[in-house]
Amino acid sequence: MMLAWLFASPADRRLLGTSRFRGPTPWVIAIMSFSIMIIAATGLALANTAGALTNAIQARYAVEVPGGGQDLDVLVAALESSPGVSSVEAVTESEMRRTLESWLGPAANSADLPVPALVNFDVRAGADLGAIQKRIQAVAPNARISAHRDRVAPLLRSMSELQWLAFGLVLLLGAAAAAAIVLAARGALDTHRFTIEVMHGVGATDLQLTHLFQRKIALDALAGSLGGAAAGALVLILLASGASFAGELTGGRTVASADMLLLLLLPFALTALATWVARVTVLAALRETL
Amino acid sequence: MRAKAGREGKLPAIAEFDSVGLRYGTGAEVLRDLDFRLSEGSFYFLTGPSGAGKTSLLKLLYLAQRPTRGRIRLFGEELSEAPRESLPPYRRRIGVVFQDFRLIRHLSAFDNVALPLRVAGATEEEVEGPVREMLAWVGLADRASARPPTLSGGEQQRVAIARAVINRPELLVADEPTGNVDAEMAQRLLHLFTALNRLGTTVVVATHDVALINATPGAQLVRLENGGMADPTGLLRNPPQGRR
Repeated sequence: MMLAWLFASPADRRLLGTSRFRGPTPWVIAIMSFSIMIIAATGLALANTAGALTNAIQARYAVEVPGGGQDLDVLVAALESSPGVSSVEAVTESEMRRTLESWLGPAANSADLPVPALVNFDVRAGADLGAIQKRIQAVAPNARISAHRDRVAPLLRSMSELQWLAFGLVLLLGAAAAAAIVLAARGALDTHRFTIEVMHGVGATDLQLTHLFQRKIALDALAGSLGGAAAGALVLILLASGASFAGELTGGRTVASADMLLLLLLPFALTALATWVARVTVLAALRETL
Repeated sequence: MRAKAGREGKLPAIAEFDSVGLRYGTGAEVLRDLDFRLSEGSFYFLTGPSGAGKTSLLKLLYLAQRPTRGRIRLFGEELSEAPRESLPPYRRRIGVVFQDFRLIRHLSAFDNVALPLRVAGATEEEVEGPVREMLAWVGLADRASARPPTLSGGEQQRVAIARAVINRPELLVADEPTGNVDAEMAQRLLHLFTALNRLGTTVVVATHDVALINATPGAQLVRLENGGMADPTGLLRNPPQGRR
């Protein structure tokens, strides 16, 4: 019953003329929907990437031993025997130098360049980090322990800020779409002022008149938002290779199933917003008349 | 002024104006101190020079305007300060005919006439028969699908009348209904009004057309001058044996 107004009779449809999707409203809504889709997908991908990254490094620590890894095997053995350590991975000096070669060139293999030894290890939940640290320092007193999350914290902070920016942009675009609907509704009221006067004259209620405009704008908004969302989805699919690369990098999917559902609901949410704004605008305008 | 005093006194009022005044914005009053009653089932002509306030008075009658002072009772209800949400049911009991027809251009004659029925919630089955019948009554059975711009002035006015009376209104208000039609058509329209009046509808026609007035001997004449009612005999204000 709540949506009965959406299924108008042919006679009711004729009241505002038969032209549909001719005005700028569907196009404006399509552009908004397209932009919202892209920005929302980007924000969600960022959130998921940040989440995956956080999960991957949450329990990961690095032990850095300045001056090389003469006692690397002992250090690895000490870590492996420590309670709460789930995995240990030593980065050999040759691997380190190979990595540095990308930036330093042949100089990376110079004996004058001190390369620290590096051991990455993961801990289980509830592990006693203090005890692990004591064991490490017993084997390598000058070793430095650092949490991976501290190293990538600035990156995660930037990603979080970008997520909020995306969220803010989605809200702003929603507000802009609402403003466009207000203008469209007022324009429609102006165009059909005569019809409104005649209908009021024969006893039409504000709600009867509102339903006519609400339905027209809802259909325009639905067409526009679905069209815009479809175009946005196409662009996202074209960008899928990049997205899957990011997914591999972080060991997870960039857009989860729940996010997909959320993105699918966006055009309908935009239509619902447009319909509500149209209703409020038309009712407010009609209340100014007798 | 002509009035059928005996009949006037026995019939209940369909409209009662009590010290009614009307001004637009901050301008001078266009209507002032209107005190009168219109009896059910009667036929009234509203006359007066241009600018006397005839159209404004009709707007008050068909609830398109509120008075700035005084009280108006329609159908026995005080409506001058009634909430606007409560007005549509009363408007459905009033038919209005305008000089400029006020037909919706993009709708067919059928749809224009059907409008009050559809607004009142009638189904398409309930609309079809009465609208066809009404169009036949005004001589436009074969023009049902024509749109107003393709109709002559007389045809448009008949569509407007059909729309005004399709709901069998208790009060029919017409503002210069013959202003845009020839003399023959004016007589035909008058016959429609008198036929409706015989069926019990109270008719109020604002007109300058003396021939029209003379052709309706049983009608009462109400004259407006400078926004006030010229009622030298006091019959409108204090009808004999009135029930006010």
